[in-house]
Amino acid sequence: MTPASPEELRTITISRMLEDHRVVFAGVGAPLVASALARRLHAPHLSVVLEGGIIGVTFRDGSLPVSTNEMRAAFGAPMLTDITDVFLYAQAGFFDYGVLGSAQVDRFGNINSSIIGHHDRPTVRLPGSGGANDIASLCNKLLIVTSHESRRFVEKVDFVTSPGWLGGGTSRGDAGLRQGGPVAVVTELAVFDFHPVSKEMRLCALHEGVTLDEVRTRTGFELITVEDIGQVAPPTNVELQTLRKLTGVDVAQ
Amino acid sequence: MNARPMIDKVVSADEAIALVYDGDLVAVGGSLFSRTPMALIFALVRSGRSGLTLSRSLTCYEAELLMVSGGVDGLVTSWVGLGLQWGVSPVVRMLVEQGRAFHEEWSHLALGLRFKAGAMGVPFLPTATMMGSDLEARSKAARITCPYTGQELLAVPALVPDVALLHVHRADKFGNVQVEGYRHMDVDIARAAKRVVVSAEQIVETSEIVRNASDTMLPHFTVDAVVHQPFGAYPGECYGLYEADMAHLDSYVQGLRSLGPQAGVEHYLRENVTSRATFDDFLQHVGSDRLAALQQQAMEMTT
Repeated sequence: MTPASPEELRTITISRMLEDHRVVFAGVGAPLVASALARRLHAPHLSVVLEGGIIGVTFRDGSLPVSTNEMRAAFGAPMLTDITDVFLYAQAGFFDYGVLGSAQVDRFGNINSSIIGHHDRPTVRLPGSGGANDIASLCNKLLIVTSHESRRFVEKVDFVTSPGWLGGGTSRGDAGLRQGGPVAVVTELAVFDFHPVSKEMRLCALHEGVTLDEVRTRTGFELITVEDIGQVAPPTNVELQTLRKLTGVDVAQ
Repeated sequence: MNARPMIDKVVSADEAIALVYDGDLVAVGGSLFSRTPMALIFALVRSGRSGLTLSRSLTCYEAELLMVSGGVDGLVTSWVGLGLQWGVSPVVRMLVEQGRAFHEEWSHLALGLRFKAGAMGVPFLPTATMMGSDLEARSKAARITCPYTGQELLAVPALVPDVALLHVHRADKFGNVQVEGYRHMDVDIARAAKRVVVSAEQIVETSEIVRNASDTMLPHFTVDAVVHQPFGAYPGECYGLYEADMAHLDSYVQGLRSLGPQAGVEHYLRENVTSRATFDDFLQHVGSDRLAALQQQAMEMTT
């Protein structure tokens, strides 16, 4: 079997963080695939919710949804409702995890998916929040999955579409957000958590074969680490096979 | 909001679009490629209306058509793009980056609650979302303090569309409206709007509506016009009835990539919209075999 691609490595790593019997609010792409993988492996009772109004997404191998409101996503779900309704469950505290990808993330876990450059005359106008701001504002724990490039891992995002710990310390709560906040960032190089007091992102484990220097080079801010940097267990054959069946990648490869 | 009378409201798409005026705030039902009222959008493009603002949750290709044809100057939305497989909207990028169109962004929940406030007949709704972000900083939403607990909340202002355009599974001639599957933001959009146009796959007798009354999404007194239009959400999907035509949409995107956003959309409009007198003419051009295959796919995915 060919080794895990960077994307597969991120997806497998984040799927391990989703516990059985919990509820996850997932964006499309890697967050949704990771949720599907968790259901296939260690968390068969994980409830997956999509912003399109689909509660309890089941997944068919090779037929993963590409949007949050389509028949592939609705297949086998016990409840179909409307968009606003789904977010009101989040606001009421029902959703244990939110999982989001990001175009740009900063050292306090704030995510930008709106604008590169200046707000009034953007250099690049990106798609915008969708449900990402709500997921980051309202889910009990936020997990972020992103590719690791210095232009994506920045000191300060150009625009806070989805709040992480805002300016760090107590600023998230001070801004009126009573719940949630990012707890982990997963890339193909490493896994990060957030300092309990300062709320700065800190490196806590490296993927196999990755050096600390490599992570520093590809991070756009001064990196802090936990005292004992751990090692992420490499993907198992079962994880990889199951993932490739889900995504429809030829398993024989 | 005034209750509409219980009269026969069935009209053609072009007649229904007479309810849209230059400068209107137009809310579009569905989300992304699901139950987007494409027959009504095509009729709106052909009508030559201008100065419109378009509002919906996940905004995509329909906005590009209306922006390039000169109908829409700006968006009130939570997201705009072509979809996961195609990325950002080249038309919106071009127009917003050049300062030729405005893009007012809200989170999904904030936008949904803005419609809901309109639907409820109140001027705002309180929420705990969007707080502390630059979306809040850039929005016109104000903070309020709960009179009971002292909790600080965001008060999102009601959004009252001048007109709502929806596509649904079935309606009777009075405008009792039923859908299957997810409802997107359709109920709140329609109840908030001053005028409501619904296109339906099927026009049925009221007795048939009564048989599955819990599927009824809107009562007749919220609806102004009903248009009979099978495949009215094509090339998007209609839950349980037909799948989105990804090949059609892909060829649209490839057209934008090879000709550029402006010329690409203009070419698409010439081929599919302005050269066709009706949506049925467009569907005929698409071909019945192709439509039948999409029906087959939908059946496989929902049974």
